[in-house]
Amino acid sequence: MFGEGFLRTIEVAALALILALVLGIIFGVISTSNNKVMRGIARIYVEFFQNTPLVIQVFFLYNGLAIAGLRLSVFVIGVLGIGVYHGAYVSEVVKTGITSIPEGQVEAAKSQGFTYIQYMRYIILPQTIKIILPPLTNQAVNLIKNTSVLAMISGFDLMYMADSWASSSLDYGPSYVFAGLLYFMLCFPLATWARKYEERLKRNDTTRTLYDPCEEAVTC
Amino acid sequence: MLDVFKNVFTPSNVEFLAKGMALTIAISVSVVIISIIFGTILALLRTYEKRFLGKLAGFYIEMFRNTPLLLWILVCCFMIPYGTIVIRGGLALTLYTSAVIAEIVRGGLNSIAEGQFEAATSQGFTLIQTLIYIVLPQCFKSIVPSLLSQVITTVKDTSFLQVVAIPEYTRSGFVVMGRYTTTPEVFMIFAVLAVGYFVICFSLSCVVRSYQKRTQIAR
Repeated sequence: MFGEGFLRTIEVAALALILALVLGIIFGVISTSNNKVMRGIARIYVEFFQNTPLVIQVFFLYNGLAIAGLRLSVFVIGVLGIGVYHGAYVSEVVKTGITSIPEGQVEAAKSQGFTYIQYMRYIILPQTIKIILPPLTNQAVNLIKNTSVLAMISGFDLMYMADSWASSSLDYGPSYVFAGLLYFMLCFPLATWARKYEERLKRNDTTRTLYDPCEEAVTC
Repeated sequence: MLDVFKNVFTPSNVEFLAKGMALTIAISVSVVIISIIFGTILALLRTYEKRFLGKLAGFYIEMFRNTPLLLWILVCCFMIPYGTIVIRGGLALTLYTSAVIAEIVRGGLNSIAEGQFEAATSQGFTLIQTLIYIVLPQCFKSIVPSLLSQVITTVKDTSFLQVVAIPEYTRSGFVVMGRYTTTPEVFMIFAVLAVGYFVICFSLSCVVRSYQKRTQIAR
């Protein structure tokens, strides 16, 4: 039972993470573009999803759409709801990464005859990825933890399984401890790696003034 | 459209939702205040105490940061026999938020140079005085944006408490929703819920942005 829930949690988390990354990169790049309308769209997406609770969004997909006649499976709701919610956070991370590269580098690259694709590929993105990897990993950890909202709509994820096992056998303690351990096993290596990587980056990086992780919102 | 509006915004519904919002705000404010105090203590221990207490603080932080909030809400509400459900739910949220805030404060503490301690000691400051008058003020100044973002997150996280039937804003919205069956009415209530949270969180995030802009110019 726990195994099933654990697998379901991993599946939902993996697919939602892919969706969040795709949305995040698209909207992150759009929000640094020169087009006002595009920037506005990205801004609305980010502000809406960052400033309303995930619980309400998920219940809207579950109850609201069902009443309107559109019944999605809980699996789809999980991937869609959590992916779109975290996409907004990923988009902010990507945006910070891109804007932390000084304008001068683009000018320098252009003067050397680099095309847009070339300077993005060889100059901007390699630096961006290095900078945004720790906050992105933290987002992945938060995403895994947030898959537990599925328990509220009986999504058969780890939290739901643990809760139903607890209430049927009345072994609340062992059931919650075991579920907690499984979540910990998923999140702890990621979170620790992100912290170590960030510390190493700070020690080695001469350009640290560009990006101060202290000022970044790492939570969600 | 106007009918829907009239049906949903009856005086009793509005009063019920307002009560839910009041509880959400009350829970958020108390959770944030207690978490900042507790989280700061945890961060100080983890940064400056390398023996038993520091290890314990590290263990606490990692435990709560790597497990879902929902788990702790269920644990506190089903396994603690004392207190009302609101207090138990608030406790779960506080325990969880403290760990996150501890990591934010630790980030601020790491940016403070070691030499400041030596300077303070040479001026006759005790450790506690150094922390209160020199280290913590600088630390908090640098982490204000992250802390405020965490406040936004906490406001949103209170919606998780609806799972144990605490009558905060989300729960009251869902209760009201139970009386309606047509799509426009239900959508309207979802909109009311979303807007309620949006107003609080968006104004806070505007504060974060203006603060960041100000400090960037100051540099």
